[in-house]
Amino acid sequence: MHNKSIVEILDDLKQGRYSSKELTLHYLERIEQLDSRFNAYITQLSTSALEAAEQADEGKRPGLLSGVPIAHKDIFCTEGVRTSAGSRMLDNFIAPYSATVVENLAAAGAITLGKTNMDEFAMGSSNETSFYKNVRNPWDVDRVPGGSSGGSAAAVAAGLCSAATGTDTGGSIRQPASMCGITGLKPTYGRVSRWGMIAFASSLDQAGPMTKTAEDAALMLAAMSGADPRDSTSLDEPVPDYRSGLNEPLDGLRVGLCKEYFEEGLDTQVETVIMEAVQVLESLGATISEQSLSHTRYSVPAYYVIAPAECSANLARYDGVRFGHRCDAPRDIEDLYKRSRDEGFGREVKRRIMVGSFALSAGYYDAYYKKAQQVRRLIKNDFVEAFREVDVLVGPVSPSTAFKIGEKSDDQISMYLQDIYTIASNLAGLPALSIPAGFSNDLPVGLQLIGNYLGEQTILRVAHQFQQHTDWHRTFPSIAEE
Amino acid sequence: MKVTRDVVETMANLAQLKVDETEMQEYVASMTRILNLVEEMDAVNTNDIEPMAHPLETVQRLRPDEVTEPDQRDAIQELAPETQDGLYLVPRIIE
Repeated sequence: MHNKSIVEILDDLKQGRYSSKELTLHYLERIEQLDSRFNAYITQLSTSALEAAEQADEGKRPGLLSGVPIAHKDIFCTEGVRTSAGSRMLDNFIAPYSATVVENLAAAGAITLGKTNMDEFAMGSSNETSFYKNVRNPWDVDRVPGGSSGGSAAAVAAGLCSAATGTDTGGSIRQPASMCGITGLKPTYGRVSRWGMIAFASSLDQAGPMTKTAEDAALMLAAMSGADPRDSTSLDEPVPDYRSGLNEPLDGLRVGLCKEYFEEGLDTQVETVIMEAVQVLESLGATISEQSLSHTRYSVPAYYVIAPAECSANLARYDGVRFGHRCDAPRDIEDLYKRSRDEGFGREVKRRIMVGSFALSAGYYDAYYKKAQQVRRLIKNDFVEAFREVDVLVGPVSPSTAFKIGEKSDDQISMYLQDIYTIASNLAGLPALSIPAGFSNDLPVGLQLIGNYLGEQTILRVAHQFQQHTDWHRTFPSIAEE
Repeated sequence: MKVTRDVVETMANLAQLKVDETEMQEYVASMTRILNLVEEMDAVNTNDIEPMAHPLETVQRLRPDEVTEPDQRDAIQELAPETQDGLYLVPRIIE
């Protein structure tokens, strides 16, 4: 039952084929037995999960996701539970409140199995920067699961939860979803509240669902979304029923191929898989055209100014005074700050804080930060132009499939370029998702669909129709068959 | 731009970070590579392009100036390494 979609689970629970408690226990046993191979979870919440499942079985947790066991990325504050963001800095941090996403999903009746592993403060594309050691890819344990939501992606792929939450600042939901062969959606910026979600780069961060199917993503998104008075950047727009309309055929849908996403750097086998997926869309009635997003190659450079600049400000709060790690026996206040931060942060986080401090410093601000913000507008304008012609844009998620653990960990540029096809939608604030589209050398390849602002329904519909006519989302790693 | 040891030291100071000798060379090299990547933007003509700080061009919402959050000082301070009488303790700053 661990490979079932949320939609199937809800039906099984309704029909009494098994109880939420039986299902929850099944997942908890699998985590206990199997997760040592993947390291997908940082914290398991067995007792509270079983209690909540019992309540669901008694009808005391009604809602859209009543009795469905899920996992949260360890970036979402969960009241009374350690919330680490994958960092030593927060290894001792017991969240005094829950994130809106956690509250919303609990209010929808979902059960929390545990908190999943991630790159430290979501800064990474391989899960190798986690203080809690790297996550392993369920398709090949010598490979990375992608990042930063790699624990969530691996847990869904390996059948260690039915679905999970993730966050995406530059590709951190879509890239691990692609590499682990699951469905992952980054919504429009502001669609989901960021309150209680540990901040990395506030103008880019967005939470979203990581699931087995597009239909499940629609259900999860409906439960997660909505305006939140505690996040002034959350959108005050009605939350549609994302499942309605999923069955509408694709006749006449205008699909744009992102021209620049197929240029140098893209693995040829990945390209073949993507083009076959595009042919499926065409066979379902979509019309295909090529669209140019001419500033694509500048998205990674702009991102590596904007994201570090915002992170250097956001991570200034970790000072060893109010919460988080504090060094032993500080000599003076400067020693307290510097040693606490030195011990608490890993090397990649420190590097990004320093790059951000540089980009914001006197004399360099215009040449770096202002320039990046101008390029950001040009990147957004490319999308605005393209969406005059098409309803969705498609392309690869990542230039290659999952790489070997350690293969890129000493080469930041090569690691950063992993996100070349995902970063632009964060800079523009657009919704985008990854769905399984096939395999290259037995490793999953994700197809990316990018929608217009608040166009989640459209990309979910395209994804669902694709999944009605393909079986890639029902192909599981051997571990999930055990 | 070639990042020097001085630049790394200045940034570490600004950000209240420590950089030891074993890390220094690695940061000099990696920050140089990152800034070289970033400088590829110089090829883009951005004359008269208005900087974009945020994906949504919205203004901050206002709300009535009323207390909405309960007092949670005790609960929040339980997370602190050291407190006394409701205050956070740090090493002595003024003798």
